[in-house]
Amino acid sequence: MVFYLLRRVLYAIPIALAVGFVCFMLVQIAPGDPINAIVPPDAPADVVEQVRKDYGLDKPLPVQFGLWLGKAVQGDLGRSLATGRPVWADLSTAIGNTLLLAAVASLLGFTLGCVLGGLAGTFRGSVLDRIAVGTAVAGVSVPHYWLGMVLVVIFSVQLNWLPAMGAGPGGSAEWAWDWDHVKHLILPAVTLAVIPMGIVTRTVRGIVAEIMNQEFVTALRGKGLTRGGVFLHVVKNAAPNTLAVMGLQLGYLMGGSILVETVFSWPGTGLLLNSAIFQRDLPVLQGTILVLAMFFVALNLVVDLMQTALDPRIKRA
Amino acid sequence: MSTSTTTPTAAEAELAVQARQASARSEGYWAGVWKRVRRDPVTIVCGTILILMLLAIIFAPLLAPHDPYQGSMLRRLRPIGTDNYPLGTDELGRDILSRLLYGGRLSWFMGIIPVALAFVFGTLLGVIAGYAGGRVNMAIMRVTDVFYAFPSVLLAVAISGALGAGIENAILALTLVFIPPIIRVAESVTQGVRNLDFVDAARASGAGAFTVVRVHVLGNVLGPIFVYATSLISVCMIVASGLSFLGLGTKPPEPEWGLMLNTLRTAIYVQPWVAVLPGVCIFITSICFNLLSDGLRQAMDVKG
Repeated sequence: MVFYLLRRVLYAIPIALAVGFVCFMLVQIAPGDPINAIVPPDAPADVVEQVRKDYGLDKPLPVQFGLWLGKAVQGDLGRSLATGRPVWADLSTAIGNTLLLAAVASLLGFTLGCVLGGLAGTFRGSVLDRIAVGTAVAGVSVPHYWLGMVLVVIFSVQLNWLPAMGAGPGGSAEWAWDWDHVKHLILPAVTLAVIPMGIVTRTVRGIVAEIMNQEFVTALRGKGLTRGGVFLHVVKNAAPNTLAVMGLQLGYLMGGSILVETVFSWPGTGLLLNSAIFQRDLPVLQGTILVLAMFFVALNLVVDLMQTALDPRIKRA
Repeated sequence: MSTSTTTPTAAEAELAVQARQASARSEGYWAGVWKRVRRDPVTIVCGTILILMLLAIIFAPLLAPHDPYQGSMLRRLRPIGTDNYPLGTDELGRDILSRLLYGGRLSWFMGIIPVALAFVFGTLLGVIAGYAGGRVNMAIMRVTDVFYAFPSVLLAVAISGALGAGIENAILALTLVFIPPIIRVAESVTQGVRNLDFVDAARASGAGAFTVVRVHVLGNVLGPIFVYATSLISVCMIVASGLSFLGLGTKPPEPEWGLMLNTLRTAIYVQPWVAVLPGVCIFITSICFNLLSDGLRQAMDVKG
């Protein structure tokens, strides 16, 4: 067990390095000289050469990767081409906003998914089961950016209940827990919650149905345990796998929120990425992707460790 | 003596029976699949909708009432139900129905081609990894792990964002996104088949690795991988349209559902229900592909 944990933690290091390499290569595969990603296109030739030297771009690729990585781990992700500000400055506020959105959306999606999936798995073949399965399929098939537009049409354009864009009144980026701000969070969070809701429903339904078919559940019932008692046993058995799926979904939400953030102009990493793509601001693109991917790597590690800790049957030596 | 003469014939008879049973089973398998599909109304309905859609986008030039590129400033953003423009017009006065019909071509193309390419390359690499084992497996699977460390939408956005807008770049990005999951499925299915007796027998009889894979392994692994790949079409379509929605992928004025959603986004305050129509098309296609894939999985009795 200890060896497994140790090995799993150590294995995350080469993965993180490789992920860093892929992010590094993003600028290399971009058409044109990577120097154009650092200096403005109208810079004089001698400045370009100076910058090329300063950044070590005249050195071979592996050396460049080392230099870039060394800076990146210290939080230096370069400067934005569009604003000239350090990438990390804009990125750190954006990450906060995306985390907030993803956390609320996953809470919503996971709760709904567990309830729907749990009920569907317990009462298989019932009307409830069919409704849950239908909702789940619709949830994973819906283009969520379109769903966001539909919600805006209904709740902002037609009913005028909720704001259509931004994260606060007057386009303020500072978050606060008051109604004016929460109002802005509702539509994007609901939109983003749809996919994890569908996937968690499907997963929990499958897991619960499988557990309910096992003999120990029959035995528990046979010895006269109440419904609540049986329920606790089922939850305990379903928890490790369900948590694993949820952890991955949280990561997908962080990465996939780009479309929803674009629809609602939510000032998170997605919107940052979108404007970086639009302006071909490669340092911002690279930095954002790197941070999000590292978050996902860390999340994967945590999920694996948690699953091992929760499930005594897993003794991966 | 008598035993030595009768035994081979008995064994031969036994083999012949087995062969007949095997061939009957293989005929019966596809017949059984078709029978189960026919009894499944959801799969039939979804299949029918998809076939009708495919026909509609193939025969778009015959069906479309107007030129999808020809706009007019005089008839911008007409509502649904306008004379001559049954689904209204877009922000440049182009007929929505015609653009939806033509737009389906690119949307379908970008939903299916990356998965098809990923199916070919992913199966190839996955079967090699699963059959060869050892260091080859290690090399292929560890590289796969790295791509797994990215959320799929993020990876697609990252690659096509770095390469720049364009259909080819989007297809390249999506193919790269879908190869790793197919490798994983192909590898695990191949490992399951590799140690079965008939594969051992083939190897023992002197067949080379290539022959064993071609004759004995592929036939047993392609089904499950194919079913898994069909479940990716729906995701691929959503992500592909999403890339166009972000301004990656297709470029204007090309009609494509995701791009249409993007350009109509500014019109949601004027003609909200016209603006969301392209998304309805994406939604219907994606849900049908999803349900069709579920039906196939059940009919073909693929686990997982």
